[in-house]
Amino acid sequence: MLARARDYADLYLVNAKTAIIGQFQYQLANIMFLIHLVIEPLIYLIVWTNVAESQGGSVGGYTASTFAAYYIVWTLVRQFNLSLSPQSFEWRIKNGRLAGELLRPVHPIHYDLGFFLGIKVPYVIYWLPAGIILWLIFRPDIQPTWGQAAAFPVALMLGFLVRFALLWLLGLITFWTTRVSAIFDLFFTLELLLSGRLVPLELMPQWAQGIADWLPFQWAFGFPIEVLIGRLSTQEIWQGFGIQLIWIVLCYTLIGIIWKRGVKHFTAVGG
Amino acid sequence: MKPAIHVRNLTKIFKVPERDAGLKAAVVSLFNRKYKEVRAVDSIEFDIQPGEIVGFLGPNGAGKTTTLKMLAGLLYPSSGELDVIGYLPEKRQKDFLRQITLVMGQRSQLNWDIPAIDSFELNRAIYSIPRKQYEETRDELIELMLLGDLVNKPVRNLSLGERMKVEAVGALLHRPQVLFLDEPTIGLDVTMQRRIRRFIQQYNEKHNATVLLTSHYMADVQALCKRVIVIHHGKILYDGDLSGLVERFSAMKTLSVTFSDMNGHTPDFAAFGTVISQEPNRVTLRVSKAETPHVTAKMLADMPITDLTVEDPPIEEVIEHVFEQPKEEEAEKEKA
Repeated sequence: MLARARDYADLYLVNAKTAIIGQFQYQLANIMFLIHLVIEPLIYLIVWTNVAESQGGSVGGYTASTFAAYYIVWTLVRQFNLSLSPQSFEWRIKNGRLAGELLRPVHPIHYDLGFFLGIKVPYVIYWLPAGIILWLIFRPDIQPTWGQAAAFPVALMLGFLVRFALLWLLGLITFWTTRVSAIFDLFFTLELLLSGRLVPLELMPQWAQGIADWLPFQWAFGFPIEVLIGRLSTQEIWQGFGIQLIWIVLCYTLIGIIWKRGVKHFTAVGG
Repeated sequence: MKPAIHVRNLTKIFKVPERDAGLKAAVVSLFNRKYKEVRAVDSIEFDIQPGEIVGFLGPNGAGKTTTLKMLAGLLYPSSGELDVIGYLPEKRQKDFLRQITLVMGQRSQLNWDIPAIDSFELNRAIYSIPRKQYEETRDELIELMLLGDLVNKPVRNLSLGERMKVEAVGALLHRPQVLFLDEPTIGLDVTMQRRIRRFIQQYNEKHNATVLLTSHYMADVQALCKRVIVIHHGKILYDGDLSGLVERFSAMKTLSVTFSDMNGHTPDFAAFGTVISQEPNRVTLRVSKAETPHVTAKMLADMPITDLTVEDPPIEEVIEHVFEQPKEEEAEKEKA
């Protein structure tokens, strides 16, 4: 048992290290990615700041500096919840990489998880200067309590695990059919609207918030942001952790079941 | 001794959707999809002993890769009995996977963004190879393959041949007992082919590993395999010594004759057999095996022969002849 845990720890460590080595090879791609990453929330931020000012300083309790806080933390959360895109699954099946992975004595989800944990290191390093510049320009209002500051990394990590599992689950569909871009598009649209990525969920109409509460998206996006910028009570934070955990357990259980069937299907029709 | 690989009655049937060309057929197939059954592998049987290197021959689409995939556990057989070093491959148990490897010449398992040495390290973690054993095996394989400094370059910057070499090293780091090699030398130049070949041979000798390999290059097979299994249309056509294959499937011999000057008069060699090439004092003929003794005797008696050799045709030619064998039902028709 202990030896097994050590083997897995070793696997994750080496995998993360390889991911970091690989990632630093693409300086230009990383910088372009960072620019792309900053532009998206910057647009939301500018739009909402204008709306707030035209409404006499605040919208639904959000002032310009609250918006700044929200969208600057957004950039860090986004770096963190980056996961394997479901399209990669299709690519993996087509070019035969999956076949190779099936012949290794480790479930492939461990490579992906290790990889995406690893690339957080270069991503956060690249993010730091951008975060600092945004901070200096927009003067965000971030004054977390010690408790909120401590809860943030936990919410961030659990949020990543939720999103990673969701996307992996979605990718598994490609075992049965490879024309799935419409489903993926639907998923990402819902996520954009109901995760807090486009707009803080608090500003959405009640009915939309009601729907979002039954979906997993906000637990990987809006929730960690709200934890750090101080919009949640201690009780709400604990509740949020609970719901994140429920989604994690649910998704990984489903992955276990669907993966087995997918592999069975895959090995029946050709590797 | 218990065989390393034991195969009985192994069959794989693929269901492939079947439809006519055209838009109408495409629409119809949406609602009423018809399937055709294709027997990619049809009740094949063989045993391979530990330490044996066996060549698996057949034209494209004969069922070689399908068989290899079933043996490695990547494909679920439709029926039949399979045992690879005591395991049922389709279960893909960890202990089984730790003892086998499947190398496909056209597919890469290494991460292209990082140097091979880092990918090797990842393999160490994946297979939980004890550090000391890993370092030993790694250094030994790197030396066998004469990789040198190549392992420190990102894989993306390597040539095809260099990549294949590091690919092979990566596939053997966990010291597998059974090697399934699908076209391990495809696309490589002759020197590189020879190196890979020698590498396989040395690994086999050192670790007494069982090797089943497919290749389109007969040189690979001649250098490595005493035994070959020929598969065609999903069935085994031949299983035995390489020399026996020539014996069995080649009905012809090649005669090379050198003769002294006959004052400009050239005898009619076509009467003895098919003339393949002719020079002033030298001729190469193809003669049926049964006729050979008679033809050589007659030539030696009638002509001023200075040299005569009788050879089997090159292995490629024999294989080509084997692959021209029609499918059974087609053969039936021909007879009718």
